[in-house]
Amino acid sequence: MEGKMPDLEQEAAESRRHGGTKRFFMRFTREQRYMHAVLFTTFLGLAATGLPIRFSESIWARGLAKAVGGFGAILFFHKFFALVLTLAFLIHVKEIFTRGILHREKGIFWGSTSMVANWKDAKDLFGHLRWMVGLGPKPQFGRYAYWEKFDYWAVFWGMIVIGFSGYAMWFAPFFAHFLPGWALNAVLVIHSEEGLLAILFIFSIHFVNTHLRPDSFPMDMVVFTGVESEEEFKHKRPLEYERLVREGKLEARLGEAPQTWLINFSRVVGTIAIAIGLTLLVLTLTAYFS
Amino acid sequence: MQDANGHSIAVDGKTFGDSIHGSLKCNDCHSNIKEYPHPDQVAKVDCKTCHADEASGLSGSVHADSKEHPCTSCHGNAHTIFPKTDSRSAVYPLNVPKTCGNCHGTEGMAKKHGLASVYPLYVDSIHGFALSKEGLLVAANCQSCHGSHHILSHKNPESPTYKSNIPKTCGSCHAKINDDYMGGAHGKAVAGGNLKAPVCTDCHTAHAILQPTEAAFRMQSTPICGSCHTDKLSTYRDTFHSQLGSLGGYVETARCWDCHGAHEILPASDPRSPINKANLVKTCGACHAGANLSFVQYQPHANAHDRKLNPALYFVRLFMNILLAGTLTFFVIHTLLWLIRSRYNQIRDNQSRNDQIKEKSKNGGKNA
Repeated sequence: MEGKMPDLEQEAAESRRHGGTKRFFMRFTREQRYMHAVLFTTFLGLAATGLPIRFSESIWARGLAKAVGGFGAILFFHKFFALVLTLAFLIHVKEIFTRGILHREKGIFWGSTSMVANWKDAKDLFGHLRWMVGLGPKPQFGRYAYWEKFDYWAVFWGMIVIGFSGYAMWFAPFFAHFLPGWALNAVLVIHSEEGLLAILFIFSIHFVNTHLRPDSFPMDMVVFTGVESEEEFKHKRPLEYERLVREGKLEARLGEAPQTWLINFSRVVGTIAIAIGLTLLVLTLTAYFS
Repeated sequence: MQDANGHSIAVDGKTFGDSIHGSLKCNDCHSNIKEYPHPDQVAKVDCKTCHADEASGLSGSVHADSKEHPCTSCHGNAHTIFPKTDSRSAVYPLNVPKTCGNCHGTEGMAKKHGLASVYPLYVDSIHGFALSKEGLLVAANCQSCHGSHHILSHKNPESPTYKSNIPKTCGSCHAKINDDYMGGAHGKAVAGGNLKAPVCTDCHTAHAILQPTEAAFRMQSTPICGSCHTDKLSTYRDTFHSQLGSLGGYVETARCWDCHGAHEILPASDPRSPINKANLVKTCGACHAGANLSFVQYQPHANAHDRKLNPALYFVRLFMNILLAGTLTFFVIHTLLWLIRSRYNQIRDNQSRNDQIKEKSKNGGKNA
């Protein structure tokens, strides 16, 4: 079935009325949701303060720079957001290291719960494309579908590339000790192109794939509330659902129906984030093609 | 007291007595008035009788037309002329701009002679401020550069404002800068007869001269250099220096002359040039604390599109461009197809659900 998902708020309210007959399952932990929140606020900040530098000749760049208090301020905020995001990135890497290597937790580096791509993802990609043009059945996705893994690794790679090139510019005399001369020129090209790719990708592809497509429209609330309804879970990630049933772990994933205030709050925050993102996307495109 | 044409012929004896001509008798100037009643036809006063040098200077100048530019148009009422060292004089240094501005501050000049209204520009310039705010008698006023009686068009090679004479004109006050300039690439070019090379006014403008450390001047200076050095401007535009600098308000980022020098501009091969290899650590270090020999390998005019000149940068850019274009192209197609398919299925499913409901209610109606 490919119908529109029932409204989360209605579901939650109904669930509470009927004494919790409707079940909700955990997808993201509190830490993961906070990580996403830090990620998208700093990313929006970095994009809003980076684009005027990238397109400093465009008509809106000076206005935007002026609005935040001149150019010194825009660079200050850019560096501030960069530091916060770097910290979040390091916390995430430490978490992976602790869980995957120190505690030898299964499913971090391999298997159906891992972010690491495998043969099934390649098959899913081709199967999904075939389904889109009407040549085959829709593939059954597991905990993380191939485009979600791509999102994750794009951000992971992006943070290393943009972060490294950014710090190389920030502390150029220091980096000059071990980088060749031409690299000092290259880091700006790398930083701005990769930044542009990240901005264009997140504000168009990620927004549509994850939030704006008919299955999730207008936004997928699971990254804010942490839970999704059983119906949505089964529909979006049938393999994961079956696996949990098979392994008898489904009950352990049961979560609380989200509170109305949380849903409303998330909706406001999410709408603002998407609106800012789309505005920046339009500004980028106008500057790029003018 | 008025004459037959209604012109006042009253003269204030006290002021006239104070004026530079106070010791003269009336008919020293009004030569054909000897007795009363006066003759019907009063001869025009001819200043040149005494001021022959000034008159001959004027006659060859842009103000030669004596009907349009009688002496009094600058020196004021003939009976109240004071020496130019007297602050009451219309040609006292602090009063000169206003006097010239009577004509050169109006849009009418533009229409009549194709001349810009320069007085407002001057008033807001560094010279104008020095004059009006500080009362500096040595601050350049109009006649410091243009002369007074023998004013010539800037197109006339004799004029102090003719392009190749400008360094000397400005140098009459700015002697040290003139020396520096004449030793630099631009000065040598101009001295060698190349009038395309910039003189003082090309960078500083003629009338609206700003303090060079001012944000406004730092913002406007780069395009001026770039109007000749177009290739250097376009590679500069690709750098962080330019991106930062173009946003305004933040004026510390390197502009052309922060690295190349302003007046004594020397080629990189000259050991005295700030962009000579031996001086780069010092030049870059002026802003970048901790600049070292490897840091100055950075190329402030690298061209990422020039494979021969900057091969590494060329391929880095190419790789990044392909990565960007490739990723986005694939995912835009992927996402569009997905959107279309999802929407199609959604409509189809809704349709079939509605059909089912209709079917049910039909059956329900039959059974009832």
